[in-house]
Amino acid sequence: MTETIQPKLVVIITESVIETTLLTDLENLGVKGFTITDVRGRGHRGNRAGDWGIDGNIRVEIVCSEKLSRQILAFLEQKYYDNYAMITYCSNVSVIRPEKFLG
Amino acid sequence: MDPIILFFLLGLIAALLRSELRLPPAIYEFLSVLLLLTIGLKGGVELATQPMSTLLPQMAAVIVMGFLLPLFSFPLLLKLGRFKRADAASLAAHYGSVSVGTFAVAVAYLGHQQIEYESHMPLFVVLLEVPAIIVGIILAKGITRETNWKALAHETFLGKSIVLLLGGLLIGWAVGPSGVEPLSGLFFNTFKGVLALFLLEMGLITAQHVSSLRKYGIPLILFGLGLPLASACIGALLGSFLDLSVGGTTILATLAASASYIAVPAAIRTAVPEANPALSLAASLGITFPFNVLVGIPLYHKLALQISGTPL
Repeated sequence: MTETIQPKLVVIITESVIETTLLTDLENLGVKGFTITDVRGRGHRGNRAGDWGIDGNIRVEIVCSEKLSRQILAFLEQKYYDNYAMITYCSNVSVIRPEKFLG
Repeated sequence: MDPIILFFLLGLIAALLRSELRLPPAIYEFLSVLLLLTIGLKGGVELATQPMSTLLPQMAAVIVMGFLLPLFSFPLLLKLGRFKRADAASLAAHYGSVSVGTFAVAVAYLGHQQIEYESHMPLFVVLLEVPAIIVGIILAKGITRETNWKALAHETFLGKSIVLLLGGLLIGWAVGPSGVEPLSGLFFNTFKGVLALFLLEMGLITAQHVSSLRKYGIPLILFGLGLPLASACIGALLGSFLDLSVGGTTILATLAASASYIAVPAAIRTAVPEANPALSLAASLGITFPFNVLVGIPLYHKLALQISGTPL
């Protein structure tokens, strides 16, 4: 039996205005799939009401290998954390067809 | 008073009193799309009937104004306002560009007062939208090898407001007045109703930014009132120089005075990340938009009358 590797769920919550650049970056890092939702909330950059264009937030979810998850988090911290409203977190998840996400 | 202004006040007061009122974001988006397309279509239809020989010099002059407005306000913001370079450049870009909402209110104001204006004015909205963004980004970053011109061009020319305005303009121009006729039920007849709802939402949004003004203090408020007044004078002088009617001059002054809150924030946020977006939006939406809608437009009309020498 082959050794199973733990898949990770990476969640990024950030400004919807940078969606296009963020997705290009993720693609370049090797992310093959993701899910995006429009969300709202409050943080230290104020109320992100999501009422209209620039005020909106998105939540990007990616299931991937642990190695890729570390690369994503390091890259995002270096490129976006200084100037953009962004939080990221990562957790272990159980998935059906793990090979789909670990390739 | 034009009833649409009362809708703006309703939104503003409701939000300041912390009412639960909110329009769903999709509705606001839809109203913006309708307004932008309507303004574009109207301009395009007129374009089809005008000779290019009179339009081209006017278009060139308006583009030049679009490049000069941010260059005029940037040093003031930097030296007098003591804003950081990125913030001064961002504010200069916001104030150099235009607000379509303010333009729509000016058009409704002139309609309400039964004042004629050149109907190719929407063309000027399109022309004034972009130059300030380019100047603002260059002012913030300088021209370096790192500047990603391709991404910048994509950001400025393919923003949703430009695409819709320009798209509407081209469609109107291509099909002419008779071609647009079947669409008038949705686009032209409902203009005031759509604008009223749009302004209701703008009132709600404005109130959010009014409350953030306290953080930035008096200088921002002074610039938020002073810049539109100074720019309106430049716009009105250009309008009279181009021999526009009083109505046309009023609109050009309003366009110069208005500050962007859709196209510029989005472009500057990606191109100049170190600029504080809340600062520019507080000025543009918290001060300048309500000022222009409530006080500015009638004032610019008086200014246009003065400059054209028509007795008040």
